[in-house]
Amino acid sequence: MKITLEHVTKKFPGRGRKRHEEVTAVSGFDFEFPDGKLVGLLGPSGCGKSTTLNLICGLIRPTEGRIRFGNDDVTELAPEHRGVGMVFQNYALYPHLTVKKNIMFPLENLKGEQKLSRAGMEERALEAARLVQIEPLMDRRPGELSGGQQQRVAIARALVKMPRVLLLDEPLSNLDARLRLQTREEIRRIQKQTGITTVFVTHDQDEAMSISDLIVVMKDGVVQQTGRPQDVYDDPVNLFVAQFLGTPPINVFRGSVRQGQLCIGDAPVLPIQGVPDQEVIAGIRPEGFVPDGSGPLCCKLDRVEVMGRDISVISSHECCQAPALRSIIHSELCVDLNSDTVRFSLKPDKVFLFQSKTQERIRFEAAGTQ
Amino acid sequence: MEKQNLKGWLYLLPAFLFLGAFMIYPLIDVFVYSFEEGYNSASQTFFGTGLYNYSYVLHDPYFLQAVKNTFILVVITVPLSTGLALLISLALSSIKPLRELFQTVYFLPYVTNTLAVGLVFMILFKKTAYSDGLVNLLLLRFGQGPVDFIDGPYWAKMFVLCFYTIWVVMPFKILILTSALASVDRVYYNAARVDGTSRFRIFTKITLPMISPMVFYLIITGFIGAFKAYSDAVALFGTNLNAAQMNTIVGYVYDMLYGDSGGYPSYASAAAVILFAIVLTITCINLLVSRKHVHYT
Repeated sequence: MKITLEHVTKKFPGRGRKRHEEVTAVSGFDFEFPDGKLVGLLGPSGCGKSTTLNLICGLIRPTEGRIRFGNDDVTELAPEHRGVGMVFQNYALYPHLTVKKNIMFPLENLKGEQKLSRAGMEERALEAARLVQIEPLMDRRPGELSGGQQQRVAIARALVKMPRVLLLDEPLSNLDARLRLQTREEIRRIQKQTGITTVFVTHDQDEAMSISDLIVVMKDGVVQQTGRPQDVYDDPVNLFVAQFLGTPPINVFRGSVRQGQLCIGDAPVLPIQGVPDQEVIAGIRPEGFVPDGSGPLCCKLDRVEVMGRDISVISSHECCQAPALRSIIHSELCVDLNSDTVRFSLKPDKVFLFQSKTQERIRFEAAGTQ
Repeated sequence: MEKQNLKGWLYLLPAFLFLGAFMIYPLIDVFVYSFEEGYNSASQTFFGTGLYNYSYVLHDPYFLQAVKNTFILVVITVPLSTGLALLISLALSSIKPLRELFQTVYFLPYVTNTLAVGLVFMILFKKTAYSDGLVNLLLLRFGQGPVDFIDGPYWAKMFVLCFYTIWVVMPFKILILTSALASVDRVYYNAARVDGTSRFRIFTKITLPMISPMVFYLIITGFIGAFKAYSDAVALFGTNLNAAQMNTIVGYVYDMLYGDSGGYPSYASAAAVILFAIVLTITCINLLVSRKHVHYT
């Protein structure tokens, strides 16, 4: 079931002193969530991603725009008529019911033709439990489960009525780091196995990048960029997207383009073509640095962290916006630890230029060899 | 270590002294009195010990009347007031405009003086040779004869007493239940909505279990409070409750101590111990029932 959002906008009335100002949580959201894919809604806190999820779910109605599931217009439908399964951030498992009763709860609500026999319900509940691998826990209460197990129960409860769409609100935020890795694989597996169109919300770009088929990056209620995670990473449309994706984050420099050269400070570091002379913001991915004794970019060396296969060189440069400039290089390439400075040359496809005012991307062609 | 312990006890001493003198000693004393036969409060002497006081009290028609009145009061007012309070709290929590106004209005009886309210009720319900209260005027309008609620048939008086008791105890229950309802995380309702749960099912399967500890608290304290009812009856029917057939157990205890026929602390103590036994039994039953239906999380 594909989900289409057509220019969906949600405004909330202001409160208190700001009563007369409306707050726009989501503005002009246009996107088609393809059938059977896992889509990550990604953005910082307050960017409207959860609101978008609630709009798809039907818990809130859009101020403008239409929402379609397949060819059905569901904009005016209540959540229970949309056929959605939702996993809430804190799971919202009913604490007084056992796992089994929690999972069966949505089935007991079914009326008319859809109504199942008791045995049928138990069958379905067990099936859902098996899918998320929690059959041995069926008689426990949610309070007796770990966070990861609760998460699985919540997913089972959302899936048991066989929804057309599965929605997950920050599914991993309440789990510890190790469980998070495990659970995200699990979500991916369940999604693949069921083939259900799934939308999940996260502020963790790592999470979104690792399991999504597609990501939607949002900021201040506006969609910034959509696409396959790698494509968005490799080709961000603006500084925000470039900064938001990637760990460690992209290094941002004040720079300028002068006579076909990108200059950081006074040093020309990269020849580029097709960009008129101007002040620019240069973003360089950590993996875009190559240590090179005669490289053009000279930085003050702070320390080196060895991370096994790679090493992370932490240095500083007066034009870099962050105090620490992080670069990741292959451990076979060596850096002289005793030196005060380190020199890099740059990989042109890891360097992005942005207009210093609008922060929009400036595209260029690399010239010559690096 | 020893010294530390001693120091601790020393700090606790003032509290122990007060509790001992004003709570524990009187409690024990009531038990002691209740077994002392023929106690004379003037000379502080008694003939012997035994169960005569209990026997007397249990055969006293006034006490039996008081027990009957108290049980009727409990059985009618506790479920009704709790149920009504729940309905009103649900209504309050589902409206937005004027909610605060209504909350204030519903809470007002709690801060008004019981006796003053009793007087108002008396005026509302009374009937004299010359004038009728508001309630009787309304009854007359619908072609029903005036009923003397204050000085008339037993059931009319019992009705007023129950009505009054419910009216007095409801504000506190509404206060507790509205805050209990407000503390239920909205996300459960959202989850239930997404799953297409009917409003009735949301109430019985989610809301009620979630606020069950509070409901249970209100039922327990409601039972205890109703068993200890006394001032309400006085406010409505005056101090001679035995004559009005409207006495309660606590009223009987009071009468035995200080009433016109009073001066019998032994009988009063026996009655008080019986009341204690009744309340204890009912509370234990409540606790047993609650095990299945109250969900603490």
